[in-house]
Amino acid sequence: MSGVGGEPALLELRDLGKDYGSVIALDGISASVRAGEVTCVLGDNGAGKSTLIKILSGVHRADRGELLLDGAPASFGAPREALDAGIATVYQDLAMIPLMAIWRNFFLGAEPTKGWGPFRRFDVAEAKETTRRELAAMGIDIRDPDQPVGTLSGGERQSVAIARAVHFGARVLILDEPTSALGVKQAGVVLRYVAQARDRGVGVVLITHNPHHAYPVGDRFLLLNRGRSLGEYAKADISREELTRLMAGGAELEALAHELERPVD
Amino acid sequence: MGAVAVFLFFAVQSETFRSPRGIANWLDPASTLGIMAVAVALLMIGGHFDLSAGVLTGTTALTVGVVATEFGQNLWVAIAVSLVLALAIGFVNGWLVTRTGLPSFIITLGTFLMLQGLNLGLTKLFTGTVTVGGIDDVPGYAAAEWVFASKVEVLGAEVRVAVLWWLLFTALATWVLLRTRFGNWVFATGGDDVASRNVGVPARRTTITLFMTTAGAAWFVGTTLAVRLTSVQANTGIGQELIYIVAAVIGGCLLTGGFGSAIGASLGALIFGMTQLGIPYLRWDADWFYFFLGAMLLLAVLANRLVRRYAEAARR
Repeated sequence: MSGVGGEPALLELRDLGKDYGSVIALDGISASVRAGEVTCVLGDNGAGKSTLIKILSGVHRADRGELLLDGAPASFGAPREALDAGIATVYQDLAMIPLMAIWRNFFLGAEPTKGWGPFRRFDVAEAKETTRRELAAMGIDIRDPDQPVGTLSGGERQSVAIARAVHFGARVLILDEPTSALGVKQAGVVLRYVAQARDRGVGVVLITHNPHHAYPVGDRFLLLNRGRSLGEYAKADISREELTRLMAGGAELEALAHELERPVD
Repeated sequence: MGAVAVFLFFAVQSETFRSPRGIANWLDPASTLGIMAVAVALLMIGGHFDLSAGVLTGTTALTVGVVATEFGQNLWVAIAVSLVLALAIGFVNGWLVTRTGLPSFIITLGTFLMLQGLNLGLTKLFTGTVTVGGIDDVPGYAAAEWVFASKVEVLGAEVRVAVLWWLLFTALATWVLLRTRFGNWVFATGGDDVASRNVGVPARRTTITLFMTTAGAAWFVGTTLAVRLTSVQANTGIGQELIYIVAAVIGGCLLTGGFGSAIGASLGALIFGMTQLGIPYLRWDADWFYFFLGAMLLLAVLANRLVRRYAEAARR
């Protein structure tokens, strides 16, 4: 595997596995996430992408294999533990509350306070100012941080969620299908913010089923199929066509293409 | 807005209604209702209902009475016992709701019925009747009366102290909601508790605290009733729980949680108080009261729906 320098990866997965009862959800997954790189996890529905996220973000524990954080074994019992270790997850539903203002969402669960004792209060001025500044730094122009998140477009919301994770010192940023519900233009906007986060030195895990979104921004690709790894590839080792083919199940797709061809006579 | 309209409606037609004395009169039912409505509003913003809140005012009032008169304790001891009991019931409500994930509507309907039965059964067991009386003969009554049931002279009218407590609690609840971390968690838990838990909000603790706050408010109102009336009926508070919810909804709380305000709930209680006394002042039949209340509720719900639409209109 090609890496940056000799330092250990931010996050390394060795032979990770997870069962739900008698169902094997994941087995033998190995991959690495490095600072300033984007690791894409590709797979069709039911490939085990969600299970993998849940292990990385501390919702579930792995049943087999090892998770190495900065080269040392780690295990997260709760989302809070993963967060404290610098692993932030932006969920598909974004973990944002539509009826709440942008700045309230931005600091949700980590509100800055001032004062002490019973007078300890939410530092509102600070929260609004930081929200505006952080969004501007990501190149996101928000008209009014007081507007409810529900009034933002899907792409804008993704961007706010990414800016939030970066602000809170995420070293590893896990993005769960950030482009799946978006149109082409909005998806492009989100991928640009993914690249922004990468350029700020964050190790990004991009989960997607769309190789056309993954290929331009990814540095390495982990392919999943029915809970098993089809291999981890560096960008130099795989072409976009190869990626698309593997992703769709290779031979299966060829057979399908053959089947769908018009009979020539 | 609504409160001003209701005030004008009655004030124009009735001189008694707009006199300082009349105002003090309709502020009184608004105050005890308002204290509860504010707490219930917080709980509703946090995404839950508490149907046991009404009967709990009875439970706490009866506890104060029974501990003071039947066990011969100082009234303050009785009030403290009542507070501990209320907080424990609030905790159990919150704990059951967060542990089981069942709708709080069902859980608190259960505690509501249980408390209703206990109120009657235990009161009969201790006193042999369905009332607890003679609370004013117990040591400590004078000080308790000063705190919970005294009257304050404002602009030539005697205003009950509960009105001042109501204003204080409304201000406190507003501050907590808008200016503290806990307030942010309340909105978030009610808006989407899975999402808020994912970003590290202690949603479970927030919910339990809200149930305990509602129970605490019920204790305050129950104690006020016990000290003010000096005797308590075993069926006190039954049916009030829906009035609290109505006041909170008229004040702009969404039934689905995540939106509302403490001031709104207070105004809802104010509208309730004005209507309740305004209708007899106009010499109308008191039956119209519930019609009027229902109409206000419908209007408020329709207005709330617009809020929600606005916020979700641009989704995706």
